[in-house]
Amino acid sequence: MNKILKKRQLTQNIHEYVIDSPEVSRHCLAGQFIILRVDDEGERIPLTICDYDREAGTVTILVQSIGYSTMKLAKLNEGDYIHDFAGPLGNATELEEFANIILVGGGVGSAVIYPQCKQLNRDGRPADIIIGARNKDLLIYEDEFRDNAKDLYVMTDDGSYGEQGFVTTKLKQLLDSGKAYDCVFAVGPMPMMRAVANLTREYGVHTIVSMNSVMVDGTGMCGGCRVTVGGQVKYACVDGPEFDGHLVDFDEAIERSKFYREIEQEHKCKMEG
Amino acid sequence: MNTTERNHPIEQDPKVRAHNFDEVSLGFDDELARMEADRCIGCKNAQCMKGCPVGINIPAFIGAIKEGDIKKAGEIIAQDSNLPAICGRVCPQESQCEKYCIRKAKLGGSVAIGLLERYVADYNRKNGGLDVKDIPPQVYKAAVVGSGPAGLACAADLAKNGFKVTIYEAFHKAGGVLVYGIPEFRLPKDLVQSEIDNLKKLGVEIKLNVIIGKTITLEELKEENDAVFIGTGAGLPTFMNIPGESLSGVYSANEYLTRVNLMKAYQEGAITPVQRAKKSVVVGAGNVAMDAARTTLRMGAEEVSIVYRRGREEMPARAEEIIHAEQEGVKLELLTNPIEILGTTKVEGIKCVRMALTEPDESGRRRPVVVEGSEFVIECDQVIMSIGTSPNPLLKKSCDALETKGKGTIVVNEETLETSIEGVYAGGDAVTGAATVILAMGAGKQAARAIIESMNK
Repeated sequence: MNKILKKRQLTQNIHEYVIDSPEVSRHCLAGQFIILRVDDEGERIPLTICDYDREAGTVTILVQSIGYSTMKLAKLNEGDYIHDFAGPLGNATELEEFANIILVGGGVGSAVIYPQCKQLNRDGRPADIIIGARNKDLLIYEDEFRDNAKDLYVMTDDGSYGEQGFVTTKLKQLLDSGKAYDCVFAVGPMPMMRAVANLTREYGVHTIVSMNSVMVDGTGMCGGCRVTVGGQVKYACVDGPEFDGHLVDFDEAIERSKFYREIEQEHKCKMEG
Repeated sequence: MNTTERNHPIEQDPKVRAHNFDEVSLGFDDELARMEADRCIGCKNAQCMKGCPVGINIPAFIGAIKEGDIKKAGEIIAQDSNLPAICGRVCPQESQCEKYCIRKAKLGGSVAIGLLERYVADYNRKNGGLDVKDIPPQVYKAAVVGSGPAGLACAADLAKNGFKVTIYEAFHKAGGVLVYGIPEFRLPKDLVQSEIDNLKKLGVEIKLNVIIGKTITLEELKEENDAVFIGTGAGLPTFMNIPGESLSGVYSANEYLTRVNLMKAYQEGAITPVQRAKKSVVVGAGNVAMDAARTTLRMGAEEVSIVYRRGREEMPARAEEIIHAEQEGVKLELLTNPIEILGTTKVEGIKCVRMALTEPDESGRRRPVVVEGSEFVIECDQVIMSIGTSPNPLLKKSCDALETKGKGTIVVNEETLETSIEGVYAGGDAVTGAATVILAMGAGKQAARAIIESMNK
């Protein structure tokens, strides 16, 4: 049982939680994830660690309530407990070898690039950052990103805030303007990551993506999170979650991610009804 | 000598049980148990004991059943086994104790040792359990990684011999393969829970949601304990590397069974989703394959086939599981091997070839070879790959000093089960690759013995 120390609503359906977890905070690193179960009946949900404080023994996660379990989680408040909280899982992000990085975050995927932007800023080499969402209400962490970015570009699909367009619109502009990035780290919905990878392939810029595949255990046991990368089967949980975006078979990954959506939808209806 | 036939356990009707998750075999009642016990002639030089990986004194416990002293029978078993209710159900007795029974060939069949073991365990559980004996004070500290059969067996023996034991489990529930793998209808989960509760009575602490190698490193564990035992099992599922394995509807047996067993997807209103297939094909013929096939049948599949590249003789599953699966309507496609899974986004079928076995080679093994031009398609909307597992690389990845070989099995001293790191022991599937519950238990006990001895040095 892990206590919710702080809860903050970021958008209509995205909440930030600071969880009391000295166990996870002790060794966790940016890029890794946790698996939680809301209650004793709950399913195992993988969520990115978007911040941590080793001294305070806390881990911060962002939850977008889109399914039955995440909606249930959204109903919990400060002082409530999460039944199970296990981690850190997966591998840490490695950006050491790159000199000029741009971070690209789409929707709640921005949670994954947030610890990176902080780390890079701490290391004295802040990165350019593009964040994007469908509209103004879905943007998260704008202030936090601005504090840590070299240059921050904010995009909305409908133009309700920042510039109108996709994150790829801005990325293309920057690449065309001669920015010499040697690495793009892009995290967001799979179609967004696919679009980024397709774009950067033309420019020959190394691209890292983070795969939020369906998984059960998160320790390599079920194989549900398998992704084809460069023609080889990889497990997002133990081999990833980050992979070379130019090698990931996104079409397959997107199809796989749809598999449980119908059943999940049914549960969600029950929850709302 | 009489030639009375072996008694059969009470079982649920196959037609009924194929649609429920209640236990298939109800075992022996008092009368059947007594009758079966009477079939044991109590050999002086009992061969059956040689077949038992933990060396249970079989004639003695059966003797106690004959006397009607089931508690005493339980105490005799408890000297060598901590989990009789489980082993009585899942051990491959026909290739262990019962294989050597003198009655096997001509005297009505081997004594049903497994069923008797189970009877004793169930009887005692229902009647208040065995008395907890005073155990020596726990002056040493041990950590056990993984709460499957190897870990549970090791923890119990250590706790009884002066160790304060903490078990670390990565999942949110203890029991390892006993809870995520073996289905409810073969091994009821309340029974596993009661065995785990017994362990807690011995002072064993179980910490859930802790991934050794991630949450806590092996080095940290070693520093804080006098001994560490690794029983992490063979968790990583193997796929065939044939086209179509990433289609939706292709599962590893691990994933499928974990969703259904551990996450309770079979229950009405369960939150964790699982596909309810119409026609399912399970690839492989071990116990796990039988479990997967019989589970998907219970989840409502109209047709379930097992595809296996060798013949019936070579099927590695327990005889009882194969018989049960067939009784329930699972079809066996033997000497058949998949070459491609068909479909655009979801599984629509599986393309197979027929196989033939060669004459035995020098090692006496008959190799399966493809019959040319025998391609055919089995229509299905689900494929469950159950062709084995390899050890989880997670621990090794976080600790270079831990020596492994081949597919990642941990290297140990065969006598003591000590690994390349002093004071760190390992056993079960993590060392042997996928094997059985009882072998894992045996390894857990073997390591416990070595750990206890090392403290006395």
